[in-house]
Amino acid sequence: MLFLLNLTKMALLELHHLKKYYATQKAVDDISFSIEKGTIFGLLGPNGAGKTTLLRMITGIFFPDEGQINFDGVPFNPLNDIIKIGYMPEERGLYKKMKIGEQALYLARLKGLGKAEAMEKIKFWFKRLEMESWWNKKVEDLSKGMSQKLQFVITVLHEPKLIILDEPFSGLDPLNANLIKDEIYGLAQRGCTVIFSTHRMEQVEEICDHIVLVNLGKKVLDGTVQQIKQDFKENKFSIQLSGLPQQVNSNAFEVIDTLANKLTVKINEGYRSNDVLQYFIQQNINIEAYSEILPSLNDIFINLVESTHATTRSFQNIG
Amino acid sequence: MNKILLVAQREFLTRVQKKTFLLTTILLPLIIFGFYALIIYFSVNGGENVNIAVVDNANIFKGKLDNKDEVSFSFLPNESKSDLIAKVTAGTYDGYIYLPQNTNVLYSDSIQIVSAKKIGIITRDQIQDQINNKLREARLLSLNISKAQLDSAQAENRVGFTMLNGTEDSDAKVGASLIVGYISGFLIYIILFIYGTMVMRGVMEEKVSRIAEVIVSSVKPFQLMMGKIFGIGAVGLIQFLIWIVLVFGLQFAVAMLFPDIMHQMQGQPVQPAGMQAAQAYQAAQDSPGIMSGLSQINFPMIIGCFIFYFLGGYLLYSALFAAVGSAVNEDPQDAQSLMLPITMPIIFAIVIMTKAVQDPSSGIAVFGSLFPLTSPIVMMARIAHGVPDPVPYWQLITSMLLLIGGFLATTWLAAKIYRTGILMYGKKITWKEMWKWVMRKS
Repeated sequence: MLFLLNLTKMALLELHHLKKYYATQKAVDDISFSIEKGTIFGLLGPNGAGKTTLLRMITGIFFPDEGQINFDGVPFNPLNDIIKIGYMPEERGLYKKMKIGEQALYLARLKGLGKAEAMEKIKFWFKRLEMESWWNKKVEDLSKGMSQKLQFVITVLHEPKLIILDEPFSGLDPLNANLIKDEIYGLAQRGCTVIFSTHRMEQVEEICDHIVLVNLGKKVLDGTVQQIKQDFKENKFSIQLSGLPQQVNSNAFEVIDTLANKLTVKINEGYRSNDVLQYFIQQNINIEAYSEILPSLNDIFINLVESTHATTRSFQNIG
Repeated sequence: MNKILLVAQREFLTRVQKKTFLLTTILLPLIIFGFYALIIYFSVNGGENVNIAVVDNANIFKGKLDNKDEVSFSFLPNESKSDLIAKVTAGTYDGYIYLPQNTNVLYSDSIQIVSAKKIGIITRDQIQDQINNKLREARLLSLNISKAQLDSAQAENRVGFTMLNGTEDSDAKVGASLIVGYISGFLIYIILFIYGTMVMRGVMEEKVSRIAEVIVSSVKPFQLMMGKIFGIGAVGLIQFLIWIVLVFGLQFAVAMLFPDIMHQMQGQPVQPAGMQAAQAYQAAQDSPGIMSGLSQINFPMIIGCFIFYFLGGYLLYSALFAAVGSAVNEDPQDAQSLMLPITMPIIFAIVIMTKAVQDPSSGIAVFGSLFPLTSPIVMMARIAHGVPDPVPYWQLITSMLLLIGGFLATTWLAAKIYRTGILMYGKKITWKEMWKWVMRKS
C-alpha cells in the first residue's frame, strides 16, 4: 500500500539547477522544479521569458550548460527518452506539400513506431477526431484549426509518457478547443503527464494542477493553482445582502466596492471572516451569499511579471 | 542510422513522385536533343539553295565550278549584264557573276556576286572556297605547275609522339582525352550546383515552414541533415542514370530512323560542353580517327572515378549548402550572399580545370586535383588523360583520401551550423556568426 502511494507520487520529470546562457542573455538561469506523474503542469511566462529554451532542453533539442534533468527517476538521455516525449512547439510546422496521412505516418515512424503500428494508431486518432476524410489532402489545403488538430494528433500518436504542448489552443474555435481539452484530460487520466505552456491564464486555471511561472530566465512562482491563490489572496470577500445598510462601520473590515446589494469587503489584519458575518447578523441584515474572492491567476501573473521587470530596470539604471 | 534512412526515403520519394521531376528528367534531355537536332538539321541543310548564273567572258573558270551542297553555278554563254539583272530580278537565278573579257581576276580584280537577296554566311564561305580553289589552280597552271606536283611538294609529315617508356601518345588520344576531360569536369560542376542548391532549398523549406522543430524533437539534427543529403543524392543519381539512358537511347533511335543525318552529323562540330570543348573537338577532328582516340581511353576507370568524385564532391558541397540553408530566413537574398563563399571554390575549380585539361601535369593542375574543394572537377579532367600517366596512382589515392577527409570535415562543420541555424528564426545571420557556432563546444 505504502509502495503504491509512493509510485503515484513519484516525479516523472525533475529539473535541477538548469542553466542555458546565450551570448547576450541568460535564457534559463538556475531553474529547478519537478513534475509529478499524471498531472497537468502549466509552464507560464511572458514572451522571451525562457519557456521555449526550457522546453527545448526538456525535449533534448538543446543541452543545458549546467544542471541536470531526471526523467522517470534516471538522468535524461535524449537518445532513448525522446520516444517517450511528444512535443508540439509553438511554431507549428508541417510539410505543406505532403499528404496528411503520409505525413502523420512519416512523423510517427520518426518517433520509432513500426509501419503497421503507426498506421493503426493514426487510424484510431483520425477516427476519434473526425479527420478520416483528410487522408489524401495536402496540408496547404487545411485551415489553421484543422492543421492544429493534425499537429495535436501527431504529438500524442506514439503514446508518450510526457506530452509538451506549447499554446495548444491558438487558432482553434471553441468547439475544437473543447475537443482538444477533453483529449488532454483523457490523456492525463490514462497516466500521461502534460506540460502546458501558455499565456492564457483562464485556461491554466481551468486545466492545470500545478504551475511554474518563469520570467527573465528565472523561476518566479511554483505551486498548485489552489496553493498559489491562497498565497496571493488579499483577504477579500464578497457578500450578498437582502438590503444595503445605511452605513457600515466596523473595525473588522472595510468596504471596497458596492454593486447593487453586493459588497466587496477587505478584512483587516487580526480579524477572521466570521467577524464580517457577525457584524451583519448583529445589524439584522439577511445574508444571501458569502464567499472569499481569490485573486485570478491573471492578476497574479501580471503583478509578478511587472514587479520582476521593475527590478531589472532598476538594476539597469544602477549599471 | 535507421532514422537517417527514413528521412532519406521521404526526401527521395517526395521528389521522385513530383510531376516536375518526371517532366525535367524526361523532357530536359528531349529538349536538349531536339535543340541539337535542329541545329544539326539547319547546318546540314543550310536552308538556302543558291543558284548563281556565271557569264565568264574571260574564260577562266571554263565550266569548272562544281555544284556543291547549297550552291549551284550555271554557266551562260554571252549574256549581257542587263539580261542577267533581268533574270535575277525574275527569280530564275539568285545572283550572277559577270566577268568581262579583259578582266584580271587572277591577280588583282575582285569578283563581284550580285544578288537580289542577301546570301548567308555559310553559303558565302562555300562560294569563296570554290572560287579561290579554281583560281589557285588557274594560277598554277599559268606557272606550268600541275596540281599533283603541288600536292606532293606540300605533303605534310605527321610527327608522332612517343613516351620514353614506349607507349604511343597519339594526337587522337590527346584530343579525345581533352573532350572526355571537359565533359566529365563540367558534368561534376553542374551536379554540384543543381543538387547542392536542391539541398539548400530543402533545408530552407523545413526551416521556414517550422517543421524542423517538430522533427528535431524526434531525430537529431545531424540525422535530419544527413538524411536529406543522402535522399537528394539518390535523386541525383537516379536522374543522371535516366538521362544517360535517354541520351544514348535517343541517339540510337535517331540513328535507326535517319541514318543519313547521323552520318552527316559526324562531320559537324557538335558542341558537347561549351565553346572550348567544341574547339577541342575540332582540333581533335583535324587529326585522324577520333574514334580510334576514344577507344584508347580507359572508360571503366573514368566511369568509376566519375561516380566516386560525383558522390564525394556532392557530399562535400551539399553539407555546406545545407549549412547555408539553415542560416537563411525567409529572404532568398540572404541565401545569395551566404552562398558566395561556397560558389567561389567551385568556379575556381572550373578555371583550373580548363588549364588542367590542356596540361594535366602542371603544378596548378596537380594542386587542384588534390585539394578537396576543387579535386572533384579538376581530377576528372586529369584522369581522362590516363592513369598512371600523367596521373600517378599515389596522386589519385591521395586525392580520394583527401576528398573523403574533406567531406567528413565539411559535414562536421555544417552539422554544427545546421543544428543552431535551423531553430534560429527572424535574425539575419552572417558568416562570422556561423563561425562562432562552429567553434562553440557542444
